[in-house]
Amino acid sequence: MMHTDTAPPGTAPVFHLEEEHHPETSTLLGFWIYLMSDCLIFAVLFATYGVLGRNYAAGPSPKDLFDLPLVALNTAMLLFSSITYGFAMIAMDKGRQAATQAWLAITGLFGAAFLGIELYEFSHLIHEGAGPQRSAFLSSFFTLVGTHGLHVTLGLVWLMVLMVQVGQRGLIPENQRRLMCLSMFWHFLDVVWIGVFTFVYLMGVLQ
Amino acid sequence: MSAETAHHGDGHGHHDGASHGSLGGYVTGFVLSVILTAIPFWLVMARPIESALWTGIVIMAFAAVQIVVHMIYFLHMNTKSEGGWTILALIFTVTLVVITLTGSLWVMHHLNTNMMPMSAHDMRHAP
Repeated sequence: MMHTDTAPPGTAPVFHLEEEHHPETSTLLGFWIYLMSDCLIFAVLFATYGVLGRNYAAGPSPKDLFDLPLVALNTAMLLFSSITYGFAMIAMDKGRQAATQAWLAITGLFGAAFLGIELYEFSHLIHEGAGPQRSAFLSSFFTLVGTHGLHVTLGLVWLMVLMVQVGQRGLIPENQRRLMCLSMFWHFLDVVWIGVFTFVYLMGVLQ
Repeated sequence: MSAETAHHGDGHGHHDGASHGSLGGYVTGFVLSVILTAIPFWLVMARPIESALWTGIVIMAFAAVQIVVHMIYFLHMNTKSEGGWTILALIFTVTLVVITLTGSLWVMHHLNTNMMPMSAHDMRHAP
């Protein structure tokens, strides 16, 4: 029959009663716990760098290698990408799809700029003979900073996939949830970068 | 923050707890981050503080403050989201991170200072 599945006449249809809370919040909590486990990976890499960071094997030290203005520029790129992602989330909250996509694209550009600068720095170091095989300091440096860079790369891939998804399906709840997970991931990478530029670059040059 | 609560009024389908933040919140966080990033870079590049030890301590303190700023304004951490489970997971993680970092540095520092110094000759003939 026609109306077996529909609400009885006279009552207002209810769309968002069941499962309004659970699916989204449990995904976000689960993703947060993933981020915390990722945080432990970075903690181990930071500890490794802390232990090995002074073993230069008669090779170059951070003071000889690191170019602080370049690192400052890199940090700025990541900070900009953080706030533009925030703007994307605000646009998403208001249901403005075009603005969300635009801010996501700008975020992606800043992320790509960050990666480009980092790859330039890496290739410059390797070209100077300061590759990861040169000393324990450089091995741990490349592992730590490279792992962060790899995270940013995957974040960029995820961002592009989500832009396609939003383009195809719009700002449906599933896409909103995905965008919120990526938001946490992106801001988390920025938090890790605070540790990197302070502990690796600034402290390195200070010695 | 009044702006923080303003966006909760819009629409339904919102889940409680996890806030997406507000424009004011993001801008505040961004401005604070820029300041908290610029000062450490300035301290190391211009070296207004002579002592490397004190400069190091100060920039570490700035990093710690900036991490908290990011947690609050960008990651929207608070004690109530997800019924307190996110903050609990965070506290647990921070504990493990502190143990990992201080433990590694401490143990390896002791190892370095208390082991007999090895010459290059010894090292080459080490078993």
